[in-house]
Amino acid sequence: MKKLFSILMLLGVFTVLFCGVAMAAEEAKGLDSQVKAMIALASGIGIGIAAFGGALGQGKAVASALEGIGRNPGASGKILTPMIIGLAMIESLVIYSLVVSLMLFLKL
Amino acid sequence: MEHEEFSWAQLIPGLSHLPSHVSNAIIISIIILVIVIVGYRRIRKTQDDMVPEAKLTAKTFVEVVVEILSGLVENTMGARGPEFMLIIGTLALFILFNNLSGVVPGFVPATNNVNTTFACSLTVFVLTHIYGVREHGIKYLKQFVGPFWWLAILFVPIELIGHLARPLSLGLRLFGNITGDHLVTGIFFMLVPFLVPLVVMFLGLFVAFVQTFVFILLSMAYFSGAIAYEEH
Repeated sequence: MKKLFSILMLLGVFTVLFCGVAMAAEEAKGLDSQVKAMIALASGIGIGIAAFGGALGQGKAVASALEGIGRNPGASGKILTPMIIGLAMIESLVIYSLVVSLMLFLKL
Repeated sequence: MEHEEFSWAQLIPGLSHLPSHVSNAIIISIIILVIVIVGYRRIRKTQDDMVPEAKLTAKTFVEVVVEILSGLVENTMGARGPEFMLIIGTLALFILFNNLSGVVPGFVPATNNVNTTFACSLTVFVLTHIYGVREHGIKYLKQFVGPFWWLAILFVPIELIGHLARPLSLGLRLFGNITGDHLVTGIFFMLVPFLVPLVVMFLGLFVAFVQTFVFILLSMAYFSGAIAYEEH
């Protein structure tokens, strides 16, 4: 139990050290215009590609769920719950890309 | 978009100095506490009723909430459900009420901020390991090693990264969904203030419930993965 505790403490120390490095990288506020153009492009295209891929994946999931309901209309409640969970899982990948895009957008 | 947001917390004198997510979390927690204490007293009074009342009183509301949560926990965790009922119920109510408060004007949901969501997900992460160690002893670390001992060099980094990705993904998913919804609602208000934001607010309501559900389902999956015994 003590070993686990010391391992967890070491993990916490490493996390804090890396956060210190991340704080130091926030100094460049006066960006020149080409970097700003790149940032704007990246944040727009990034979320666009993520939405495309996410829509494809969710479309497949909903399509097979609807087909299952069509075959067996009595099981629609049992099919709906895992479908919602699956949709939330797929959407979370799009959300990660949205978070990166927002972080870039706020650096403009 | 960087204007100063108004929230009810700015009117309460003690809370206006705190950052917005802390003060709103405090307000929501007080609301939950009031509901829970009132419901607890009402449930305790009439223990012999088998037939619930027909109207929506505080008692029936709290009964419905408890039934839904405990049904969910027992469905997912099986026989050892009631142990985890406390932590799952607390997390579920806190996250649900915070998400829902984003739809009410004047409240900034505490889950809008990365700190709150990562606090919830780090709690789940630490508790997973505590449950695992309490259940298995030091042999809990055997699941990091993989099936054969000479594959350990390959397996340990993969398992470590997978384990560290769990609280990250839990926190980021909740934060991204709630912040994104709030932003989209704000943008729609700027564009077409008449009826379109209503649709987006319905989406926000739906997402609030679904994200809570996904959060506690994943937490229960991690808990049961930690305390599961391997069957050969």
